[in-house]
Amino acid sequence: MTSSPDTAKRPAAKRFDGERILLGLAAPVLAVLLSVLLCGILLGISGKDPFNAFNVMLTYGTKSDAQVLTLNRATTYYLAGVAVAFGFRMNLFNIGAEGQYKVAALFAAFIGAQVNLPSFIQIPLLLIVAMLVGAIWAGIAGVLKVTRGVSEVISTIMLNAIATAVVGLLLVPGVFAPKASGTSNSIQTDPVSASSHFFTLNTQGGPLWGFIFVAVLVGVVFQLVLTRTRFGFDLRATGRSESAAHASGVNVKRMVLTSMLVSGALAGLIGLPDLLQNSYFYGQSFQPGLGFLGIAIALLGRNSPIGIAFSALLFAFLDVTAVQLPFAGYPQEIVTVMQGVIVICVVVAYELVRRFGLKRQQQKVGAELAAQAAAAAKKEVAA
Amino acid sequence: MALQRSDAPPYHQEIAITASEPALSKGGNPSAGTATPAVELRGITKRFPGVVANHDINLTVQRGTVHALMGENGAGKSTLMKILYGMQKPDEGTIAINGEQTEFNTPGDAIARGIGMVHQHFMLADNLTVWENVVLGGEKLHGIGAKAKAKIKEISDQYGLGVRPDVLVEDLGVADRQRVEILKVLYRGAKILILDEPTAVLVPQEVDALFDNLRDLKSEGVTVIFISHKLHEVLSVADAISVIRRGTTVGDADPADVTARQLAEMMVGAELPSPESRESTVTDVEMLKVDGLRIAKADAEGIERVVLDDITLRIRKGEILGIAGVEGNGQAELVEAIMGMLPLDAGSVVLDGSDLSSSLTRARREAGIGYIPEDRHKHGLLLEAPLWENRILGHVTEAPNSKGVLLDPAAARADTQRIVEEFDVRTPGIDVTAASLSGGNQQKLIIGREMSHNPKLLIAAHPTRGVDVGAQAQIWEQIRSAQREGLAVLLISADLDELIGLSDTIRVIYRGRLVADADPATVTAEDLGTAMTGAATGHIESDPEAVEEDKAIAAEGTETEAEHPHHGESHDDESHDEPTDTADGTTQAGE
Repeated sequence: MTSSPDTAKRPAAKRFDGERILLGLAAPVLAVLLSVLLCGILLGISGKDPFNAFNVMLTYGTKSDAQVLTLNRATTYYLAGVAVAFGFRMNLFNIGAEGQYKVAALFAAFIGAQVNLPSFIQIPLLLIVAMLVGAIWAGIAGVLKVTRGVSEVISTIMLNAIATAVVGLLLVPGVFAPKASGTSNSIQTDPVSASSHFFTLNTQGGPLWGFIFVAVLVGVVFQLVLTRTRFGFDLRATGRSESAAHASGVNVKRMVLTSMLVSGALAGLIGLPDLLQNSYFYGQSFQPGLGFLGIAIALLGRNSPIGIAFSALLFAFLDVTAVQLPFAGYPQEIVTVMQGVIVICVVVAYELVRRFGLKRQQQKVGAELAAQAAAAAKKEVAA
Repeated sequence: MALQRSDAPPYHQEIAITASEPALSKGGNPSAGTATPAVELRGITKRFPGVVANHDINLTVQRGTVHALMGENGAGKSTLMKILYGMQKPDEGTIAINGEQTEFNTPGDAIARGIGMVHQHFMLADNLTVWENVVLGGEKLHGIGAKAKAKIKEISDQYGLGVRPDVLVEDLGVADRQRVEILKVLYRGAKILILDEPTAVLVPQEVDALFDNLRDLKSEGVTVIFISHKLHEVLSVADAISVIRRGTTVGDADPADVTARQLAEMMVGAELPSPESRESTVTDVEMLKVDGLRIAKADAEGIERVVLDDITLRIRKGEILGIAGVEGNGQAELVEAIMGMLPLDAGSVVLDGSDLSSSLTRARREAGIGYIPEDRHKHGLLLEAPLWENRILGHVTEAPNSKGVLLDPAAARADTQRIVEEFDVRTPGIDVTAASLSGGNQQKLIIGREMSHNPKLLIAAHPTRGVDVGAQAQIWEQIRSAQREGLAVLLISADLDELIGLSDTIRVIYRGRLVADADPATVTAEDLGTAMTGAATGHIESDPEAVEEDKAIAAEGTETEAEHPHHGESHDDESHDEPTDTADGTTQAGE
């Protein structure tokens, strides 16, 4: 008797799931299409052929060296997205990934240049240093929120500014930069020791950063922690309803501090692919803006590890192929416009889809229950 | 007695009001005999996912009167007023303003028809002057200069509000701010004023001053709709009263003829839970000991107030202790204190011999406290999460939900399926979100979850609020069967009949103190209502005849049962310390 309602319920559950996936995909796809359309119109208005522009990007994007570049860049973007998403999952807006990764990369570069241990100790050491520094920097905002109720949005934005100042203060000759650099005007740390260099894979399109495996590992762990652990459940519960989580026994203050520390630790990793695989030093030219880009990537990827992978790849693809646009006479900035439009569209679309989905499910449940009741009544009549 | 029940035909209700109130028509109303009512709501129904907030509400407000709308929190008053003010659209029903059918899409439409609302929480900019606050958003009416200021002066004098336009709002007290809010609404041409619990933030003298203002407004032809659940205030200021319970109008009353007790009875209802005869399951084993609990908390205005004072109570195994009281007298804080959600200033909480006073909420739940929260959407569920995740909520550290630090989704899902079947949760599956279930089914899921961890103590705050009648009976039965198995239950309810029907002992909470106690077998809802207003303290015992009469009314429809078992020793020792002298005089009130 218990088995028959079970089997009756399964297909219903599956249908709900399938629809949820479809609805989940609809929003980002629509947002991307809409932004392509808008940018096309923008190009058209400025008197340029939009189709050719997209063609240039696509043609270059399918070449193997562009693909390797895209993957390398996506590795960095992915880490940025995940760092921000971790906080987002419990409604904690860590806007400060920007400052966290800069300070973390500076310290990792400095230590990497001072210490020369075998690779299997050196690289984990640098990873830990970067994560620790990032966590401490984010932890300041966490402590302020827990003890004084300071909004993490405000404090992390301010900490970004402070981070820039701290970097400027430390990155001077005699402190973190070598005393006499001589050859160059730019101030930078010493290059990290050779044992700090992360491995690369040689492909047809050039060297593929081994750090991509770290990014994948971070994604897998992120997903497992969220869905399979008590901590992850508490985190998601807090994100969905802080009051319900509090009543259910979640120590919300401790959750805030922990999430801020983890988010900061992940942010600490953002600068490392470039540091350990490409530039090997931290200088004034170290790529800025990755923390803010991470916010956009996390939003587009809906804070899920798989979604963030796709959005990181998309953003990386756009950035890599945009370089080709000026050669064909197009402004490279059109890609920035496109990224911005995608983010705006996707935020709106997600909210619309969320409301639609909720309403639709309520209606479906109502209809299904009514059908069940009717069937039960029929049975009674027959019996 | 001008007190109609909901079963009375609607036209009776109108007669009751129009007869008691001489028509105050202004501006040459031509209609002969009866005045056109200022507001007429007919058959208003509003559904939200999971709850019906308003069901077939009828309300008629005469022009130039103060009309009180009464009901417990959650009865549907606010939703109704939001509909009248255009913030929500009704699913069914009609709104007529001054006899004209209208439809409001936004508050702007309502303002255009002369309706204004003063919210419970003020919406003023502290760093601007009164004058700037009033003009803000209404610049087109009288400009922003001297003309506007003159108009403010004029309105202030006309209605005796005494508002000074040049003062900064941050320098004003609560009562003055409220007058600014009223003036703001009048400035925009409102002739119908909605005041949402205006006295909640005021001290008694300020309340008197506000009521003088309301009388001035009335004499100038303004209609006031006054929302409150404070009985004596309503009786002193209102010209007509409508009572809402469980989302529908239960009747109208004339303040000249109705007593506070009758009103309380209307607000909380008189449907007893099916009065089956049952034996006492109370044992001698003390399960919960709460001693000298005291909590002071800052309120919305930032003033520190003592919300719980010297609370001492005992609940034994198999006992249901009911807490009666008008809402906002400390019930919510009492629950949160026992759950560990509010820090204690003094006192101790001991469950089954182990001191939990300094434990966190999670440790208390693990120690065996089950919790059915007052607001299930806010404290009991993750609305956008599937049912099986909601089954984990609150018990994430316990089997079958987790093994060590890892979750066990398969076991949690299987157990959710069991709860759905055992507790009759009507749902197509365990993967739908909690938001898509009806209120009653959400509540059954919560009860099933809390009962699945063998609690020693169950805290049930308003367990049947917003729940349909069918689910209500099931929930009562589930609480009773848990009691038979030796559970201690702390029951908090605004429904006096639920309290009397389920409890073994009743304590009355008033302004954060337990002021009275009663044996449900020997007390009427009326006398309990009196104690809830603070008018009676100590041990309350009603006239036996009145108790019998009460039971007879309650048993109507169901089968009358012969004898109610007495629970002789169901009063706590400490209750005898409290003064009992007033009890006899005030509460031997059987008619």
